[in-house]
Amino acid sequence: MSIYLDHAATTPMSSSALEAMTAQLAKIGNPSSLHAHGRSARKDLEEARDRIARAVGCLSREIIFMGSGTEADNTAIKGLFWKGRSSGRNIVVISAIEHHAVLDPARWLEEHEGAELLVLSVSRNGVVDLAELAELLSHRGDEVAVISVMSANNETGVIQPIREIVEMAKPYGIPVHSDAVQFFTKAPLSFSDLALTALTLSGHKIGGPLGIGVFVLQAGLDIPALLHGGGQERDIRSGTFNAPAIVAFAVAVEESMNNFDERNARVQKLRNYFSTAIVATVPGSYINGGEADRIPGIVSVTFPGTESDTLLLLLDAQGISCSTGSACSAGVQRPSHVLLAMGHDDQSARSTLRFSLGASTTQEDIDRALDILPSVIEGARLANLR
Amino acid sequence: MKLIAAMSGGVDSAVAAARAVEAGHEIIGVHLALSTNPQKYRSGARGCCTIEDSHDARRAADVIGIPFYIWDMAEEFHQNVVENFLQEYSVGRTPNPCLRCNEKIKFEAVLDRARAMGFDGVVTGHYAQTKEGPSGKTLHRAVDPLKDQSYVLSVLTVEQIAGAFFPLGDTEKVDIRKEAHARGLAVAQKPDSHDICFVPSGDNAGWLRDRLGSDVGPIVDQDGVKLGEHKGAYTYTIGQRKGLGLTVPTVDGSPRFVLKIEPVTNTVVVGAREDLAVTTMVGEKPVWCGPAIDEAPRRGLVQIRAHGQPLPSTYFFDGTHVFATLDDPILGLATGQAMALYEDDRVVGSATICQTRS
Repeated sequence: MSIYLDHAATTPMSSSALEAMTAQLAKIGNPSSLHAHGRSARKDLEEARDRIARAVGCLSREIIFMGSGTEADNTAIKGLFWKGRSSGRNIVVISAIEHHAVLDPARWLEEHEGAELLVLSVSRNGVVDLAELAELLSHRGDEVAVISVMSANNETGVIQPIREIVEMAKPYGIPVHSDAVQFFTKAPLSFSDLALTALTLSGHKIGGPLGIGVFVLQAGLDIPALLHGGGQERDIRSGTFNAPAIVAFAVAVEESMNNFDERNARVQKLRNYFSTAIVATVPGSYINGGEADRIPGIVSVTFPGTESDTLLLLLDAQGISCSTGSACSAGVQRPSHVLLAMGHDDQSARSTLRFSLGASTTQEDIDRALDILPSVIEGARLANLR
Repeated sequence: MKLIAAMSGGVDSAVAAARAVEAGHEIIGVHLALSTNPQKYRSGARGCCTIEDSHDARRAADVIGIPFYIWDMAEEFHQNVVENFLQEYSVGRTPNPCLRCNEKIKFEAVLDRARAMGFDGVVTGHYAQTKEGPSGKTLHRAVDPLKDQSYVLSVLTVEQIAGAFFPLGDTEKVDIRKEAHARGLAVAQKPDSHDICFVPSGDNAGWLRDRLGSDVGPIVDQDGVKLGEHKGAYTYTIGQRKGLGLTVPTVDGSPRFVLKIEPVTNTVVVGAREDLAVTTMVGEKPVWCGPAIDEAPRRGLVQIRAHGQPLPSTYFFDGTHVFATLDDPILGLATGQAMALYEDDRVVGSATICQTRS
């Protein structure tokens, strides 16, 4: 019996999205072509765009389809920085807990483009320090090209105060981007209501397919592109439209909106039950960001005296899939920068697992995981006492 | 049995894992990440923990059909192998880091962890054999004399050997490559790794100079007469002839060799070829791969380099030090190296050479 508790890494496609995708794959026609086949594909695509826009609370023309959330994050950070720099703004502000898709392009700008990178600290609960931002803006607000803070963290699930950040940035005319890859469909989101400049979404985290990311960019705003070659999407993104993935993404989005309250309530209840039971049965264990507002599916647990890669191996052997945090390209586990920013030391950061629940997670899954967990923790603690 | 297969991403460890699966064991593949700052690609025969290597190991595990994980042992490796390597050189000794890695990483850190996690041992692609005998499991040479790696395993204790599995020891390397190919393992044609994995440039002397500094010091003869200058004493090896840059020739024009390295005075001592001759070596901190020997002299073989000739000798253990007297003297033997004792093809044990006598 296998139990999948890694939905934040990728979650299964919904059957209706899969159906829509295969149907679209069978259709002929490049959406950019002028003939009937092309027009038909274009119509499917634009309808999908409208449906996604409604769910995101933005205008259809604010949606730019991309190949991944990573591409959207890169476009946001680099594009908004370059745009700002042309009017004398050279600072990039991000939080210390951003996903690598934001962190790495920001560091790249610092190393290769002469950007000044300022990183906002977070509280022990993993929430961005707004006082620090206020202080920064009061001194150097006019120099900031872009602020990027994620809507919810991918390791802890902790929700960030995006509305407040946008408010604070407004007087200085600073564009704000938010990576909402984990947040979208897990908590209410409205691009226009938040008055964000840019937003990132990803297909495969919400029951849609892989290979589709959405970059939402305020209408009328133009930023430099990363990819050139056709200018299909507002000249900000080139490349043939991935109509099957786009259509399937729209189906998954609508489905998630239709079952929003019921699904999130159920997942949250299961997650809380799981968290409470872990802390009760595994002495010394604790939840990271447990006192902050979190999206429903994610729980980050530290098991002192263990190594997370040992835990992962032992759980895997019992059929339980979870995650040790963000995997490094070398496959080598480095202590998570998110946990370090929350005050962990290397050791405790390395003793942490992320479990993430999804729409398909059942009470039975959780009970079974809870049966197995204590003995696995015990084994990993022994393995650590060498 | 439940075993961990250590998979470097090379051909040997891949075939070893595959053979262990075939032998009916329950196998999990583990790649050891030993560098805190891994290189992307392997350059030639050097380095064995690049990112590319970890991908190769993963692919091999997929083909074999076993779970695969990466264990970060970079910190343990740095402390126990790299630091020790530097420390040994800084006191004028010549260490063998591969030996140290087997002793402290593969069959200590990994084996201990494996056992604590409920596994029975560790499978590696070393060319060596173990045999069950009346006194338990013993360590033996591989059948392929050119690939035999029993020397670098001679630091393993009886308890470590009990948890060590070497499925390749009965086969020649050329056949392992063929077998890898037949098994569909893409690593079949990957070059063998040589040299020191954490010195990717292969420039051992330069690597040491960067880390230990390069204080210029005298090169002297055995009477203390200065003959030239060196660029960091520890970048020389006992028996070295080339690259000494001496300006004072010998009377008869015969070449000079490095005899001794004295780190405290930062001096390199040179002399004639015959002054390199060593007949007796003394070893400290012995490790026994089977029953310990005693003060009764016994006939056997001594090996002082990874792929060196086994040297006929008489050896004994006085309770503190191991003494080995060679039938025929050898030239150039550095302290810090391991002397491995053999009884025919069985590894008796090893000790670290602390003294040599002509």
